[in-house]
Amino acid sequence: MSAADIRVFRQKIDSTASMKKIFNAMELIATSRIGKARQRVAASMPYANAITRAVSAVSSQQDIEHVLTSEPENPRRAAVLIMSSDRGLAGAYSANILRKAEALIERLHEEDKTADLYLIGRKAQAYFDFRNRPYKGFWTGSTDSPDFDTAKEIGETLVEAFLTDYEDGGVDEIHIVYTEFKSMVNQEPMVIRLLPLEFVDEEVADESDLFPLYEYEPAPEEVLDALLPKYIESRIFSAMLQAAASELASRQRAMSAAGDNADDLIRDYTLLMNNARQASITQELTELIAGADALAE
Amino acid sequence: MADNLLDVEIVAEDHFVWSGQARSVSARTIDGEVGILPGHLPMLAVLGDGEVVVEAADGEPVTAQANGGFFSVDSNRVTIAAAQAELSA
Repeated sequence: MSAADIRVFRQKIDSTASMKKIFNAMELIATSRIGKARQRVAASMPYANAITRAVSAVSSQQDIEHVLTSEPENPRRAAVLIMSSDRGLAGAYSANILRKAEALIERLHEEDKTADLYLIGRKAQAYFDFRNRPYKGFWTGSTDSPDFDTAKEIGETLVEAFLTDYEDGGVDEIHIVYTEFKSMVNQEPMVIRLLPLEFVDEEVADESDLFPLYEYEPAPEEVLDALLPKYIESRIFSAMLQAAASELASRQRAMSAAGDNADDLIRDYTLLMNNARQASITQELTELIAGADALAE
Repeated sequence: MADNLLDVEIVAEDHFVWSGQARSVSARTIDGEVGILPGHLPMLAVLGDGEVVVEAADGEPVTAQANGGFFSVDSNRVTIAAAQAELSA
Protein backbone atom coordinates (compact mmCIF):
# COMPACT_ATOMS: atom_id res chain seq x y z
CA MET A 1 0.00 0.00 0.00
CA SER A 2 1.16 3.45 -0.78
CA ALA A 3 0.10 7.04 -1.24
CA ALA A 4 -0.75 6.17 -4.85
CA ASP A 5 -3.38 3.69 -3.68
CA ILE A 6 -4.91 6.28 -1.42
CA ARG A 7 -5.16 8.68 -4.32
CA VAL A 8 -6.81 6.04 -6.53
CA PHE A 9 -9.39 5.26 -3.87
CA ARG A 10 -10.08 8.92 -3.26
CA GLN A 11 -10.68 9.43 -6.98
CA LYS A 12 -13.09 6.50 -7.04
CA ILE A 13 -14.96 7.86 -4.03
CA ASP A 14 -15.20 11.30 -5.63
CA SER A 15 -16.49 9.99 -8.94
CA THR A 16 -18.97 7.65 -7.26
CA ALA A 17 -20.19 10.53 -5.11
CA SER A 18 -20.74 12.74 -8.14
CA MET A 19 -22.57 9.94 -9.95
CA LYS A 20 -24.69 9.49 -6.88
CA LYS A 21 -25.71 13.13 -7.13
CA ILE A 22 -26.84 12.52 -10.70
CA PHE A 23 -28.79 9.40 -9.69
CA ASN A 24 -30.48 11.30 -6.88
CA ALA A 25 -31.38 14.15 -9.18
CA MET A 26 -32.81 11.78 -11.81
CA GLU A 27 -34.75 9.93 -9.17
CA LEU A 28 -36.26 13.18 -7.92
CA ILE A 29 -37.11 14.31 -11.44
CA ALA A 30 -38.76 10.97 -12.23
CA THR A 31 -40.68 11.04 -8.96
CA SER A 32 -42.01 14.51 -9.57
CA ARG A 33 -43.05 13.66 -13.11
CA ILE A 34 -44.80 10.40 -12.29
CA GLY A 35 -47.49 12.31 -10.45
CA LYS A 36 -48.17 14.38 -13.52
CA ALA A 37 -48.07 11.35 -15.82
CA ARG A 38 -50.58 9.53 -13.64
CA GLN A 39 -52.84 12.56 -13.63
CA ARG A 40 -52.76 12.57 -17.40
CA VAL A 41 -53.66 8.87 -17.47
CA ALA A 42 -56.59 9.66 -15.19
CA ALA A 43 -57.60 12.70 -17.26
CA SER A 44 -57.75 10.69 -20.46
CA MET A 45 -59.92 7.98 -18.93
CA PRO A 46 -63.38 9.60 -19.26
CA TYR A 47 -62.93 10.10 -22.99
CA ALA A 48 -61.46 6.63 -23.49
CA ASN A 49 -64.33 5.07 -21.57
CA ALA A 50 -66.96 7.05 -23.44
CA ILE A 51 -65.53 6.13 -26.81
CA THR A 52 -65.00 2.46 -25.91
CA ARG A 53 -68.58 2.23 -24.78
CA ALA A 54 -69.86 3.83 -27.94
CA VAL A 55 -67.73 1.62 -30.18
CA SER A 56 -68.83 -1.50 -28.32
CA ALA A 57 -72.44 -0.42 -28.66
CA VAL A 58 -72.25 0.15 -32.39
CA SER A 59 -70.22 -2.88 -33.25
CA SER A 60 -72.23 -5.24 -31.05
CA GLN A 61 -75.03 -4.71 -33.51
CA GLN A 62 -74.57 -7.58 -35.89
CA ASP A 63 -76.26 -6.01 -38.85
CA ILE A 64 -73.62 -3.36 -39.38
CA GLU A 65 -70.87 -4.40 -41.72
CA HIS A 66 -67.79 -2.30 -41.47
CA VAL A 67 -64.30 -2.83 -42.75
CA LEU A 68 -62.79 -1.94 -39.40
CA THR A 69 -64.80 -4.50 -37.46
CA SER A 70 -64.94 -7.48 -39.79
CA GLU A 71 -62.27 -10.09 -39.42
CA PRO A 72 -60.30 -10.68 -42.62
CA GLU A 73 -60.54 -14.30 -43.72
CA ASN A 74 -56.87 -14.85 -44.17
CA PRO A 75 -54.71 -12.37 -42.29
CA ARG A 76 -51.21 -12.32 -43.71
CA ARG A 77 -49.61 -9.18 -42.41
CA ALA A 78 -49.83 -7.51 -39.04
CA ALA A 79 -48.67 -4.11 -37.85
CA VAL A 80 -46.89 -4.11 -34.51
CA LEU A 81 -46.58 -0.83 -32.65
CA ILE A 82 -43.82 -1.02 -30.06
CA MET A 83 -43.69 1.58 -27.28
CA SER A 84 -40.22 1.87 -25.80
CA SER A 85 -38.47 4.82 -24.18
CA ASP A 86 -36.30 7.55 -25.67
CA ARG A 87 -33.70 7.42 -22.95
CA GLY A 88 -32.12 4.67 -20.97
CA LEU A 89 -31.36 4.62 -17.26
CA ALA A 90 -34.76 3.11 -16.65
CA GLY A 91 -33.70 -0.37 -15.62
CA ALA A 92 -35.02 -3.15 -17.81
CA TYR A 93 -37.94 -1.06 -19.11
CA SER A 94 -37.01 -1.06 -22.79
CA ALA A 95 -35.44 -4.54 -22.67
CA ASN A 96 -38.70 -5.97 -21.30
CA ILE A 97 -40.83 -4.32 -23.92
CA LEU A 98 -38.53 -5.44 -26.72
CA ARG A 99 -38.54 -9.01 -25.41
CA LYS A 100 -42.33 -8.94 -25.37
CA ALA A 101 -42.33 -7.56 -28.91
CA GLU A 102 -39.95 -10.27 -30.11
CA ALA A 103 -42.24 -12.92 -28.64
CA LEU A 104 -45.20 -11.41 -30.47
CA ILE A 105 -43.30 -11.22 -33.76
CA GLU A 106 -42.28 -14.85 -33.29
CA ARG A 107 -45.89 -15.84 -32.71
CA LEU A 108 -47.05 -13.94 -35.78
CA HIS A 109 -44.42 -15.71 -37.86
CA GLU A 110 -45.67 -19.05 -36.62
CA GLU A 111 -49.13 -18.04 -37.80
CA ASP A 112 -47.60 -17.26 -41.21
CA LYS A 113 -48.04 -13.55 -40.85
CA THR A 114 -45.39 -11.01 -41.57
CA ALA A 115 -44.92 -8.24 -39.05
CA ASP A 116 -44.62 -4.60 -40.06
CA LEU A 117 -42.96 -2.72 -37.25
CA TYR A 118 -43.84 0.75 -36.07
CA LEU A 119 -41.62 2.05 -33.30
CA ILE A 120 -41.97 4.63 -30.59
CA GLY A 121 -38.85 5.71 -28.73
CA ARG A 122 -35.19 5.85 -29.63
CA LYS A 123 -34.40 2.65 -27.73
CA ALA A 124 -36.57 0.54 -30.03
CA GLN A 125 -35.23 2.36 -33.06
CA ALA A 126 -31.62 1.73 -32.00
CA TYR A 127 -32.41 -1.92 -31.30
CA PHE A 128 -33.79 -2.58 -34.79
CA ASP A 129 -31.22 -0.35 -36.52
CA PHE A 130 -28.39 -2.26 -34.87
CA ARG A 131 -29.82 -5.57 -36.10
CA ASN A 132 -30.46 -4.16 -39.58
CA ARG A 133 -34.11 -5.04 -39.33
CA PRO A 134 -36.48 -2.85 -41.30
CA TYR A 135 -39.36 -0.95 -39.76
CA LYS A 136 -42.18 1.00 -41.35
CA GLY A 137 -42.29 4.05 -39.18
CA PHE A 138 -40.96 5.56 -36.01
CA TRP A 139 -41.75 8.37 -33.63
CA THR A 140 -39.25 9.66 -31.10
CA GLY A 141 -38.76 12.55 -28.76
CA SER A 142 -41.70 12.50 -26.40
CA THR A 143 -42.01 9.10 -24.78
CA ASP A 144 -42.06 10.49 -21.26
CA SER A 145 -44.74 13.10 -21.97
CA PRO A 146 -46.72 12.04 -25.03
CA ASP A 147 -49.05 14.51 -26.70
CA PHE A 148 -52.28 13.77 -28.43
CA ASP A 149 -51.07 15.00 -31.81
CA THR A 150 -48.46 12.24 -31.94
CA ALA A 151 -51.08 9.66 -31.02
CA LYS A 152 -53.31 11.06 -33.74
CA GLU A 153 -50.53 10.84 -36.31
CA ILE A 154 -49.73 7.25 -35.32
CA GLY A 155 -53.43 6.38 -35.38
CA GLU A 156 -53.86 7.85 -38.85
CA THR A 157 -50.80 5.99 -40.15
CA LEU A 158 -52.01 2.68 -38.77
CA VAL A 159 -55.61 3.07 -39.89
CA GLU A 160 -54.39 3.99 -43.35
CA ALA A 161 -52.20 0.88 -43.46
CA PHE A 162 -55.17 -1.15 -42.25
CA LEU A 163 -57.44 0.19 -44.96
CA THR A 164 -54.87 -0.55 -47.67
CA ASP A 165 -55.11 -3.93 -49.39
CA TYR A 166 -52.55 -6.59 -48.58
CA GLU A 167 -51.33 -6.50 -52.18
CA ASP A 168 -50.55 -2.82 -51.86
CA GLY A 169 -48.66 -3.29 -48.64
CA GLY A 170 -51.53 -2.96 -46.22
CA VAL A 171 -51.92 -4.83 -42.96
CA ASP A 172 -54.74 -7.05 -41.71
CA GLU A 173 -54.19 -6.65 -37.99
CA ILE A 174 -52.83 -4.04 -35.62
CA HIS A 175 -51.13 -4.96 -32.35
CA ILE A 176 -49.70 -2.69 -29.69
CA VAL A 177 -46.91 -3.64 -27.31
CA TYR A 178 -46.79 -1.30 -24.34
CA THR A 179 -46.16 -1.31 -20.62
CA GLU A 180 -49.22 -1.17 -18.46
CA PHE A 181 -48.93 0.95 -15.36
CA LYS A 182 -50.48 -1.19 -12.64
CA SER A 183 -48.96 0.55 -9.67
CA MET A 184 -45.79 2.37 -8.65
CA VAL A 185 -44.01 -0.93 -8.11
CA ASN A 186 -45.65 -3.02 -10.78
CA GLN A 187 -45.57 -2.31 -14.49
CA GLU A 188 -46.23 -5.08 -16.92
CA PRO A 189 -45.44 -5.33 -20.64
CA MET A 190 -48.66 -6.08 -22.48
CA VAL A 191 -49.78 -6.95 -25.99
CA ILE A 192 -53.19 -5.88 -27.18
CA ARG A 193 -54.80 -6.38 -30.54
CA LEU A 194 -56.34 -3.12 -31.62
CA LEU A 195 -57.85 -4.16 -34.93
CA PRO A 196 -59.90 -6.04 -35.87
CA LEU A 197 -61.83 -5.26 -32.73
CA GLU A 198 -61.77 -7.99 -30.18
CA PHE A 199 -64.89 -8.52 -28.20
CA VAL A 200 -63.90 -9.49 -24.78
CA ASP A 201 -66.80 -9.64 -22.39
CA GLU A 202 -67.18 -6.08 -21.37
CA GLU A 203 -66.64 -5.22 -17.77
CA VAL A 204 -69.83 -3.20 -17.82
CA ALA A 205 -71.35 -3.74 -14.42
CA ASP A 206 -74.01 -1.10 -14.92
CA GLU A 207 -77.71 -1.66 -14.73
CA SER A 208 -77.64 -1.67 -18.52
CA ASP A 209 -75.42 -4.58 -19.40
CA LEU A 210 -77.07 -4.86 -22.75
CA PHE A 211 -76.46 -2.06 -25.15
CA PRO A 212 -79.63 -0.39 -26.33
CA LEU A 213 -80.51 -0.09 -29.96
CA TYR A 214 -79.28 3.29 -30.98
CA GLU A 215 -80.59 5.77 -33.40
CA TYR A 216 -77.80 6.98 -35.60
CA GLU A 217 -77.18 10.32 -37.05
CA PRO A 218 -76.11 10.13 -39.83
CA ALA A 219 -76.14 6.45 -40.94
CA PRO A 220 -74.52 3.76 -38.75
CA GLU A 221 -71.72 3.22 -41.25
CA GLU A 222 -70.85 6.88 -41.26
CA VAL A 223 -70.93 7.01 -37.48
CA LEU A 224 -68.51 4.07 -37.39
CA ASP A 225 -66.34 5.75 -40.00
CA ALA A 226 -66.04 8.76 -37.76
CA LEU A 227 -65.86 6.85 -34.49
CA LEU A 228 -63.31 4.13 -35.16
CA PRO A 229 -60.31 6.29 -36.04
CA LYS A 230 -61.02 8.27 -32.88
CA TYR A 231 -61.26 5.05 -30.93
CA ILE A 232 -57.89 3.89 -32.29
CA GLU A 233 -56.29 7.24 -31.50
CA SER A 234 -57.72 7.21 -28.03
CA ARG A 235 -56.48 3.65 -27.38
CA ILE A 236 -53.02 4.52 -28.68
CA PHE A 237 -52.93 7.70 -26.63
CA SER A 238 -53.91 5.98 -23.43
CA ALA A 239 -51.34 3.24 -24.09
CA MET A 240 -48.73 5.96 -24.60
CA LEU A 241 -49.69 7.67 -21.36
CA GLN A 242 -49.51 4.38 -19.49
CA ALA A 243 -46.14 3.65 -21.07
CA ALA A 244 -44.90 7.10 -20.05
CA ALA A 245 -45.96 6.61 -16.44
CA SER A 246 -44.36 3.15 -16.47
CA GLU A 247 -41.15 4.53 -17.93
CA LEU A 248 -40.90 7.17 -15.23
CA ALA A 249 -41.66 4.63 -12.50
CA SER A 250 -38.99 2.26 -13.86
CA ARG A 251 -36.52 5.11 -14.03
CA GLN A 252 -37.28 6.15 -10.49
CA ARG A 253 -36.76 2.60 -9.24
CA ALA A 254 -33.58 2.12 -11.27
CA MET A 255 -32.14 5.41 -10.04
CA SER A 256 -33.04 4.69 -6.47
CA ALA A 257 -31.25 1.31 -6.72
CA ALA A 258 -28.26 3.00 -8.38
CA GLY A 259 -28.10 5.54 -5.56
CA ASP A 260 -28.11 2.74 -2.98
CA ASN A 261 -25.36 0.93 -4.86
CA ALA A 262 -23.34 4.14 -5.00
CA ASP A 263 -23.64 4.40 -1.21
CA ASP A 264 -22.36 0.84 -0.84
CA LEU A 265 -19.44 1.52 -3.16
CA ILE A 266 -18.51 4.71 -1.34
CA ARG A 267 -18.52 2.81 1.97
CA ASP A 268 -16.34 0.02 0.56
CA TYR A 269 -13.87 2.42 -1.03
CA THR A 270 -13.69 4.50 2.15
CA LEU A 271 -12.76 1.38 4.13
CA LEU A 272 -10.11 0.43 1.58
CA MET A 273 -8.76 3.96 1.53
CA ASN A 274 -8.52 4.04 5.33
CA ASN A 275 -6.74 0.68 5.27
CA ALA A 276 -4.31 2.00 2.70
CA ARG A 277 -3.70 5.17 4.69
CA GLN A 278 -3.12 3.23 7.89
CA ALA A 279 -0.80 0.83 6.09
CA SER A 280 1.28 3.66 4.69
CA ILE A 281 1.52 5.35 8.13
CA THR A 282 2.59 2.05 9.68
CA GLN A 283 5.16 1.60 6.97
CA GLU A 284 6.57 5.08 7.44
CA LEU A 285 6.80 4.54 11.21
CA THR A 286 8.56 1.23 10.70
CA GLU A 287 11.01 2.89 8.36
CA LEU A 288 11.64 5.77 10.80
CA ILE A 289 12.20 3.47 13.75
CA ALA A 290 14.44 1.21 11.70
CA GLY A 291 16.40 4.28 10.54
CA ALA A 292 16.73 5.64 14.09
CA ASP A 293 17.87 2.22 15.35
CA ALA A 294 20.46 2.05 12.61
CA LEU A 295 21.80 5.52 13.51
CA ALA A 296 21.94 4.71 17.23
CA GLU A 297 24.19 1.73 16.70
CA MET B 1 -86.99 13.95 -10.06
CA ALA B 2 -84.27 11.72 -11.36
CA ASP B 3 -86.56 10.61 -14.18
CA ASN B 4 -86.84 13.98 -15.75
CA LEU B 5 -83.22 15.02 -15.61
CA LEU B 6 -80.32 14.09 -17.81
CA ASP B 7 -76.91 13.02 -16.54
CA VAL B 8 -74.54 14.94 -18.72
CA GLU B 9 -70.86 14.40 -19.10
CA ILE B 10 -68.66 16.45 -21.40
CA VAL B 11 -65.15 15.14 -22.00
CA ALA B 12 -62.33 16.16 -24.30
CA GLU B 13 -59.62 13.91 -25.63
CA ASP B 14 -57.18 14.67 -22.88
CA HIS B 15 -59.23 16.15 -20.09
CA PHE B 16 -62.52 16.17 -18.33
CA VAL B 17 -64.70 19.22 -18.98
CA TRP B 18 -68.01 19.20 -17.19
CA SER B 19 -70.56 16.86 -15.70
CA GLY B 20 -73.79 17.28 -13.89
CA GLN B 21 -77.54 17.00 -14.15
CA ALA B 22 -79.42 18.92 -16.74
CA ARG B 23 -82.90 19.60 -18.04
CA SER B 24 -81.90 19.73 -21.67
CA VAL B 25 -78.93 19.60 -23.97
CA SER B 26 -78.60 21.01 -27.42
CA ALA B 27 -75.71 20.31 -29.71
CA ARG B 28 -74.75 20.56 -33.33
CA THR B 29 -74.27 17.34 -35.27
CA ILE B 30 -72.84 17.22 -38.74
CA ASP B 31 -76.43 17.11 -40.03
CA GLY B 32 -77.80 19.92 -37.95
CA GLU B 33 -78.90 21.02 -34.55
CA VAL B 34 -80.37 18.48 -32.11
CA GLY B 35 -82.05 19.04 -28.80
CA ILE B 36 -82.16 16.34 -26.16
CA LEU B 37 -84.78 16.21 -23.46
CA PRO B 38 -85.09 13.55 -20.77
CA GLY B 39 -86.55 10.35 -22.15
CA HIS B 40 -84.91 10.72 -25.53
CA LEU B 41 -84.34 7.53 -27.53
CA PRO B 42 -80.81 6.13 -27.42
CA MET B 43 -78.84 7.96 -30.04
CA LEU B 44 -75.31 8.09 -31.30
CA ALA B 45 -74.33 11.01 -33.46
CA VAL B 46 -71.27 12.62 -34.90
CA LEU B 47 -70.65 16.12 -33.60
CA GLY B 48 -70.02 19.04 -35.86
CA ASP B 49 -68.13 22.12 -34.77
CA GLY B 50 -70.11 24.41 -32.60
CA GLU B 51 -71.62 25.16 -29.27
CA VAL B 52 -73.10 22.68 -26.87
CA VAL B 53 -75.63 24.29 -24.59
CA VAL B 54 -76.65 22.47 -21.45
CA GLU B 55 -79.45 23.75 -19.31
CA ALA B 56 -78.35 22.60 -15.88
CA ALA B 57 -80.76 21.36 -13.26
CA ASP B 58 -80.67 24.74 -11.49
CA GLY B 59 -81.62 26.51 -14.69
CA GLU B 60 -78.15 27.92 -15.32
CA PRO B 61 -77.06 27.53 -18.92
CA VAL B 62 -73.65 25.93 -19.41
CA THR B 63 -72.10 26.62 -22.77
CA ALA B 64 -69.16 24.72 -24.17
CA GLN B 65 -67.34 25.06 -27.42
CA ALA B 66 -66.87 21.57 -28.81
CA ASN B 67 -65.15 20.63 -32.03
CA GLY B 68 -65.41 17.23 -33.63
CA GLY B 69 -66.18 14.04 -31.80
CA PHE B 70 -69.45 12.35 -31.04
CA PHE B 71 -72.17 12.21 -28.52
CA SER B 72 -74.32 9.47 -27.20
CA VAL B 73 -77.64 9.41 -25.44
CA ASP B 74 -78.58 6.30 -23.55
CA SER B 75 -81.28 6.09 -20.88
CA ASN B 76 -80.96 9.72 -19.86
CA ARG B 77 -77.20 9.60 -19.88
CA VAL B 78 -75.67 12.02 -22.30
CA THR B 79 -71.99 11.73 -23.08
CA ILE B 80 -70.33 14.32 -25.24
CA ALA B 81 -66.85 13.25 -26.25
CA ALA B 82 -65.26 15.96 -28.30
CA ALA B 83 -61.86 16.28 -29.89
CA GLN B 84 -61.54 19.68 -28.28
CA ALA B 85 -63.90 21.14 -25.77
CA GLU B 86 -63.73 24.19 -23.56
CA LEU B 87 -66.36 25.81 -21.42
CA SER B 88 -67.13 29.24 -22.72
CA ALA B 89 -68.13 31.90 -20.27
